[in-house]
Amino acid sequence: MDKSNIRHEFLITFFIKSAGYSAIVFVGMIFIFLLLEGLPAVQKVNLASLFSSRWYPIENYFGILPLIGGTIIITLGAIFIAVPFGIGTAVYLSEIAPRWVRELMKPFIEILGGLPSVVLGFLGMLILSPFLRNLLELPTGLTALAGSILLGGIAIPTVVSVAEDALDAVPKSYRDASLAIGATEWQTIWRVTLPAARSGVLTAIMLGVGRAIGETMTVMMVTGNAPILPKGISDLFSPVRTMTATIAAEMGEVASGSVHYHVLFLIGIVLFLISLVVNITASAVVFRQKKRQERILS
Amino acid sequence: MKSSSHLRNRQQRIGFSLLTIMSFLTIIPIAGVVIYILVLGAPAINWEFIAGFPRGGMREGGIWPAIVGTLYLTLGTAVFAVPLGIGAAIYLSEYAPDNKTTQLIRIAIINLAGIPSVVFGLFGLGLFVLFLQFGTSILAGSLTLSIMTLPVIISTTEEALKSVPQAFRTVSISLGATKWQTIRRIILPQALPGILTGVILGLERAAGETAPILFTVAAFFLPRLPSSPLDATMALPYHLFVISTQVPGMPIKIQYGTALVLLVFVLSMNIIATTIRSRARARRQW
Amino acid sequence: MNKISIQNFSLQYSDGTESLRNISLDIPANQITVIFGPAGGGKSSLLRVFNRLNDLADVIQQEGKVYLDKEDILSPKTDVIALRRKVGMVFARPVVLPFSIRENLTYGLEVAGEKNSDRIKHSVEKSLKQAALWEEVKDRLDDPAIALSGGQQQRLCLARVLALEPEVILLDEPTSGLDPISTGKVEESLQDLKQDYTIILVPHSVQQAARTADLAAFLLQGDLVEVASGDTMFTNPQDKRTQDYIQGRFG
Repeated sequence: MDKSNIRHEFLITFFIKSAGYSAIVFVGMIFIFLLLEGLPAVQKVNLASLFSSRWYPIENYFGILPLIGGTIIITLGAIFIAVPFGIGTAVYLSEIAPRWVRELMKPFIEILGGLPSVVLGFLGMLILSPFLRNLLELPTGLTALAGSILLGGIAIPTVVSVAEDALDAVPKSYRDASLAIGATEWQTIWRVTLPAARSGVLTAIMLGVGRAIGETMTVMMVTGNAPILPKGISDLFSPVRTMTATIAAEMGEVASGSVHYHVLFLIGIVLFLISLVVNITASAVVFRQKKRQERILS
Repeated sequence: MKSSSHLRNRQQRIGFSLLTIMSFLTIIPIAGVVIYILVLGAPAINWEFIAGFPRGGMREGGIWPAIVGTLYLTLGTAVFAVPLGIGAAIYLSEYAPDNKTTQLIRIAIINLAGIPSVVFGLFGLGLFVLFLQFGTSILAGSLTLSIMTLPVIISTTEEALKSVPQAFRTVSISLGATKWQTIRRIILPQALPGILTGVILGLERAAGETAPILFTVAAFFLPRLPSSPLDATMALPYHLFVISTQVPGMPIKIQYGTALVLLVFVLSMNIIATTIRSRARARRQW
Repeated sequence: MNKISIQNFSLQYSDGTESLRNISLDIPANQITVIFGPAGGGKSSLLRVFNRLNDLADVIQQEGKVYLDKEDILSPKTDVIALRRKVGMVFARPVVLPFSIRENLTYGLEVAGEKNSDRIKHSVEKSLKQAALWEEVKDRLDDPAIALSGGQQQRLCLARVLALEPEVILLDEPTSGLDPISTGKVEESLQDLKQDYTIILVPHSVQQAARTADLAAFLLQGDLVEVASGDTMFTNPQDKRTQDYIQGRFG
């Protein structure tokens, strides 16, 4: 091979290897920048007031508990929708649906996955919340409930696609063995297939939760944005405000370097860490599963 | 025995019907959303709306600057994310040894995919807008969106590369080709449809996102087209957000029209991507 | 004259499959050397030493020397790309590249940097004739190679190797998937080709080994049991294990 070819090959390989490591670099850089901009908040606002329940930045009240509470209540609500519907749809698609229904349905679910969240928020404001207000006779339809319903919908494609992959990966011989000893297909699904795909289904739920926690525009548009700490399930029917929505709504108006600015980055750190935990747990399940498969195969 | 099997069959029938109903309950609203926006948005669509500038506090006129802005952002994202994402995927599929570092890269990609979009916005603000002093600009926004898009492009491209039969690699190497020659002449062309699908799906996500561009690029109202990558710009998703929440007395027709244009923009990318995928599958020789 | 000389060569893969233990073997030029034995004995691994294709596999241990015309091919200084052009390989399953028939043949030359289109054109015809495929495909060189029959594909793979004008040709059970007629054609070509090339063949049966071997080497579970001329090996083997294998008592 001549010199210029060797050089060419070397440069290309160098680029490919650098690109390979880029994901690590970016995750690292994101974390570092969040720390740089977020940690000063801890110096300027004492911890006790950070973890108080009053968020009113204009008067320097930076209690982030109501925001965390808002995220939690909306996410819980979303789980109640996304898990049964997501897993149910995955089971239906992978175990029950005839081929043509599956071919028809899957693109729809992919489309839902690609719908811009701002479009869902828009429809949520114009259709869902007035509907909820009339149905439940609430003072406003812009509530945690509206957020939960939409977030549930947003999380469903993630849950369906990951759970369906997990169900598909269950060897056909498991099902055959169960059917052969006289179980119905229904019993086989519940007693054999789902338990065998357990870790993949859990991953699906985790990733769905991750999507819900991180979603911004939709919740900002439909939850009414009141930073009030939810105290119970009844607060589903009142306005709340999430961490993501707070950043999105307020970052545009703060002066960079102000206390408010740093506190918003601090909230960013909290969100980053939550997504880190969710995704590392989810990926640990995936890796463990792969290992086990390799062990069984070899 | 007979009665118990009868009971189990009934249990199965009920169970199956329940799951079927649930699945359709999941699908129908999706179709509903799309149809609803198509129907209500269609009356707003005319030449002036598409190709005109907003007037009268955005309550009249068109959304041309927002369309162009989203186009620029999507292209800008492609410029950064496509080479980097494909490069990373080639590394993972063709070069990476099976060790802890590679596992760390994979975990990093999964995490990058899971970071909330608004956190990307914060990062873009901190790094590109303020630290590197790009200002709120197409450049800063494209860079932010590309990092967010990267995991989608990497994972779909890697899958496409891995689906090319191993035997092609062995044969090519045995004929005296280098690794890169093998990749460029055989692996990449064969994986191209899969890569294109992944790239478009990634860009689709970038085109529809609002949160990452809130503080890095988006202009509330800018009645001219951006002239350089360092200009701010309007963008369709942000524009829809603005006119549906921040502008009182906004005609509903214009709101639905904007939602329709955004939806068509994003869905046509989706349809192109899935068409490429299914065509390539039908034509594949291996 | 010896083309290749293997001296005290050992090899182990990380997954523990097929290993080779202390192999020494001289491979003469312009003859067909047949390496035969039961599956898993290390035949393919040995073949892949000669073109360093084991570089792609997970080798954990490798000892000994292998010379091609006095050149130490295992040395880290060896130009592996040049080596692979000198030592061509045909695999058990015909793997045509996803191109046209012509492009399959020119691929090796193009990656080697050959730009002279006359020479490329000439080499396409010559290699196809050598592999006894020219008459069947000369009118459809630009058709996709995948459209050829299995036997034609395997002869195309042979032609693809010949187009590089190598010195050594390695064949790893090249006829295992072919019908008797195609097998006959391939074996016939090999007899012609040995005038110009050194051929190392892993046969897919003892019968094929007996039909083709000038020199035969019996490989059993990583050990080289016996080396002899083809005539001697299949009429009067010395080792009891060779006798048993040839007579079909195992394997």
